[in-house]
Amino acid sequence: MDFPILSALIALPVAGGLAVLLVKRDELALPLSITSSLVTFGGAAWLLFAFESGEAGFQFVEKSTWHEPWGVGWHLGVDGISLLMVVLTAFLFPIALLASTAITHRVRQYAASMLFLQAGITGVFLSLDLLVFFIFWEAMLVPMYFIIGIWGGERRVHAAVKFFIFTAFGSALMFAGILSLGFLVSDQLGGPTFDFVELLGADLTRNAQLWLFGAFGISFAIKVPVFPFHTWLPDAHVEAPTGGSVILAGVLLKLGVYGLIRFNLTLFPKAAVDLVPVLAVLAVIGILYGAIVAIVQTDIKRLVAYSSVSHLGFVVLGVFALTTQSLQGGVIQMVNHGLTTGLLFLLVGMIYERRHTRQISEFGGLATVMPLLAGAFLFTAFASIGLPGLNGFVGEFFVLLGSYLSLPGYAIAATFGVVLAAVYLLWAYQRMFTGEITVEANRGLSDLSVREKIIIIPMAALVVFLGVYPKPALEIIEPSVDAILERIEEQTDYVVPEFGSTGDIAVEVAE
Amino acid sequence: MDLSLSLIIFLPMGGMLLLFGFGKRIGEPGAGIVATLAVVGSFLIAVVLAFDFINGDGPAETVRWFEWLPAFGVEAELRWDQLSALMTLVVTGVGSLIHLYSIGYMRGDPGFGRFFSYLNLFITSMLILVLANNFALLFVGWELVGLSSYLLISFWFERPIAAAAGKKAFIVNRVGDVGFILALMLIFSVFGSLGFDTVFEGAHRGELTVTMATAIALLLLVGAAGKSAQLPLYVWLPDAMEGPTPVSALIHAATMVTAGVYMVARTGAIFELAPIAAATVAVVGGATALFAATIAIAQRDIKRVLAYSTISQLGYMFMGVGAAAYTAGVFHLMTHAFFKALLFLGAGSVIHGMSGEQDMHKMGGLARKMPVTFATMAIAWLAISGIPPFAGFWSKDEILGVVFERGGLWQVLWGVGLVTALLTAFYMTRMMWLTFFGEPRWDDGVEPHESPRLMTVPLVVLAGLSVVGGLVNTPFKATLEHFLDPVFEAVHLAHAPDGSLAWILAAVSVAAGIIGIGAAILRYRSRVPVEDGLGWRLLGNGYYIDDVYAGVFAGGGKLGADWLAFRFDVRGIDGAVEGIGSLTRKAGGWLRPLQTGFVRSYGLAIIAGAVGLLAWFLSRGGI
Repeated sequence: MDFPILSALIALPVAGGLAVLLVKRDELALPLSITSSLVTFGGAAWLLFAFESGEAGFQFVEKSTWHEPWGVGWHLGVDGISLLMVVLTAFLFPIALLASTAITHRVRQYAASMLFLQAGITGVFLSLDLLVFFIFWEAMLVPMYFIIGIWGGERRVHAAVKFFIFTAFGSALMFAGILSLGFLVSDQLGGPTFDFVELLGADLTRNAQLWLFGAFGISFAIKVPVFPFHTWLPDAHVEAPTGGSVILAGVLLKLGVYGLIRFNLTLFPKAAVDLVPVLAVLAVIGILYGAIVAIVQTDIKRLVAYSSVSHLGFVVLGVFALTTQSLQGGVIQMVNHGLTTGLLFLLVGMIYERRHTRQISEFGGLATVMPLLAGAFLFTAFASIGLPGLNGFVGEFFVLLGSYLSLPGYAIAATFGVVLAAVYLLWAYQRMFTGEITVEANRGLSDLSVREKIIIIPMAALVVFLGVYPKPALEIIEPSVDAILERIEEQTDYVVPEFGSTGDIAVEVAE
Repeated sequence: MDLSLSLIIFLPMGGMLLLFGFGKRIGEPGAGIVATLAVVGSFLIAVVLAFDFINGDGPAETVRWFEWLPAFGVEAELRWDQLSALMTLVVTGVGSLIHLYSIGYMRGDPGFGRFFSYLNLFITSMLILVLANNFALLFVGWELVGLSSYLLISFWFERPIAAAAGKKAFIVNRVGDVGFILALMLIFSVFGSLGFDTVFEGAHRGELTVTMATAIALLLLVGAAGKSAQLPLYVWLPDAMEGPTPVSALIHAATMVTAGVYMVARTGAIFELAPIAAATVAVVGGATALFAATIAIAQRDIKRVLAYSTISQLGYMFMGVGAAAYTAGVFHLMTHAFFKALLFLGAGSVIHGMSGEQDMHKMGGLARKMPVTFATMAIAWLAISGIPPFAGFWSKDEILGVVFERGGLWQVLWGVGLVTALLTAFYMTRMMWLTFFGEPRWDDGVEPHESPRLMTVPLVVLAGLSVVGGLVNTPFKATLEHFLDPVFEAVHLAHAPDGSLAWILAAVSVAAGIIGIGAAILRYRSRVPVEDGLGWRLLGNGYYIDDVYAGVFAGGGKLGADWLAFRFDVRGIDGAVEGIGSLTRKAGGWLRPLQTGFVRSYGLAIIAGAVGLLAWFLSRGGI
């Protein structure tokens, strides 16, 4: 058997976390955890290059059964979609840890929590057994809860509890859904099973799919978050320490979308096709509502948090528009959002560490004292706005043009989000960075340190690379996306629209 | 060909990157020289490559950079045909002069290196726009132009008014971009590709219904109106003068605002199928031309006169391309680039010599103090006023001629254009008189002086072009039209009348120009009239349209957003959540004797809930 690289990607952070806890020296906590996460990143990078793009199925599969009668087992595998998510996770953790030097209180526990969180997230992306998936899903909540609740801001406990309640509510639904699904198929598949690949062979009635879609879908929608389940997010972001916010925005939210793609689209295609209008409406509301609410926020972290609601709305629209381009766009936009919003939170964190405030009105004219940080912020803002040449453009372009083929009305409405994104980010930039310095405390602020440059440069490089030359990433995604759409076409009457076929719809809309 | 065409873009791009990284270290005037040489280099290459077209009509060529967005049938690919060649020549030619001038104008500015980096970025973006061989890459250039304008307008970011103007330009342009993106959606949904050849050939083959073509064309118009500052999206342009003056010259003359006109000309194959949309373009253009000209009359700030004048002149170009006179529209784009760049750079020279003064009421009598600036600006003044043989006459007259020749209601539009011509001559003469003639009205301590050679040489070159530039396309020898023929051979071009009608129309429009000039001379010859009546204030404030926009969007929109954010979201949605949360907490309180700490009680809740739900699911046998 080949080296179990996927298990290793989960085990490495756990080992790192344990090491941090066992080596009882606070000053080593961050160096050790960063080293551990860099090794993990090395593994993920190797996986990226070893992965055969162009193939649809799962690769590097590991499988061993634990409990035959219930069909429970350790089953891991990676396809184009999860590969990008795993690499993104492995990429963001060292950066988030390097951005955590402001944490001095119980730093070993913090570093260990972060690494356990990494293991949990990676496990969620790699699991092909629903019970194992659920275990990782729950396991990941605990460290995140602590990261917000212990190392967060003033109202950290409130935020942490809110985060937990929301997620736990979703988890209960999902757990029930998983168990029902596993036992429901036992007649068809000769015994209960929780194995994702085996479950693909089951033929569920439309009614069953609708119920299960709901049970999984609400849980994932909370995580995304889809409007109106989003209110935990601003609180959690505002209170979370910088590292926590980066991971929260960068990868945790993607778990929701990933779940929707992996389970809701693939296992319950009939329900998915039926429920497209519902999700599309919520996605478009999220895009516009999140952006409008972001405009008037007075706290920069809340602003970025609401911008996430808007951006994830684009992702969900792309996913449920069910066209090759839109689904590709949705997946690539997950990566893009992880990079740009992660970077925004990093920059906001750097400002917070200098001034200990997040109130936009406390700033003004910062570009005169920290031109580099201002430049980095503006760069990231434009990436987030979707300026061509930077990564956000590719995803937005794919989602909008792709969605138009199947959901023209929704795509048209969503397009107005591109104006709003410019409004909230450029206005925030204007208020924080331009003009004269108005608050004396800002006058002596120092510009980026070497450590901060090391944090920003790799992310910025990736932002440019994916913006200019997205082809490698798109090639990784495409076969997996096509496989999902083909499965939907097989199982339902849905036909993935091709260009030319929507001319009539377009004309109707135009008229 | 491959490399040389790419170099046209790579040179300013390289300059941009180099100066972005090391601009400060290279310093002054090195950074300016590097940037200028980069653009001059592009210009020279473009000249050499364009010769192929002049000696016979060399076919359009394409250069592929790399595989880009296969899902949309497009590559990163450039197109070199007569239209993109002409645009490249204008952009890099006028751009070079503006770069050269900026070395003098920006002397001593702490952001010298950064400024030239942004200037090179602007040229790069504009070149991507005009050289793109598909809608996606054109959109890339389109957006990068927006970025460049944002960076340059708010170049002096310490000034709140400049920072606000930059943001406004970007956001208003984004509103236009919505139209552009929607147009791209429709185009892709019909053709499955965003490549120019596929789309235009498909359009010719009749794959586009009239309704669809109209929808696409109107949406493209929205995008074009944003970039080219037409009604109702023109509001960013007057504010854009908050940038350093060479930036205004670049935005108003060589780049940015010409993008919309270029785009309509480029997509002529679509507009041809949509006569209603094309007429709308012309009507928008005519309305904008007249509207902006009336505002220009009442401005006191020399740059604001020119800003509204740009909007007005762009209206002419829209009339031209809307009337299917693509050559005439592009021709006016070119001549306007010459004389408007000259006017802006001249105004910059005046402001420079007046120690930053922009109010024309505080100028006067500068002709003797700044002879070169005066002489060159006088040429531009005659050119924009439509006096033959200067450049503006030929291009404007051709547009008016075509519009007249179309007959019917188009002749109303011709009348609008004629009145605008009269107003244009009037406000330009007013500007010249208030600035250069009459008694000096300078503030104390202002010592007007001519600008250094570095700044006047570009003025002289542009003045030369403003004199002879129109001769490339006259009714007697339509060189430019023949040059552009291959690009538009598949499109039906509208033509200007010939014979005696042409002479009559020309005489009428020259008369309009002379009346405008004469009226202004009579009014401003001996004194500066007080202009603060109701009408003057209405015009001076641009009909208060900006204030209306500010009230509706910044005021009303903000109120609405506040309500959503702080009422609906916090009290409504989150209020419900918190309500449930506190209920749960109460329930947790009752359970507290059994449990310690709430995490565990939620853990319990998860399992209890899950089991309950499971039982319910399974009890519904059906699932």
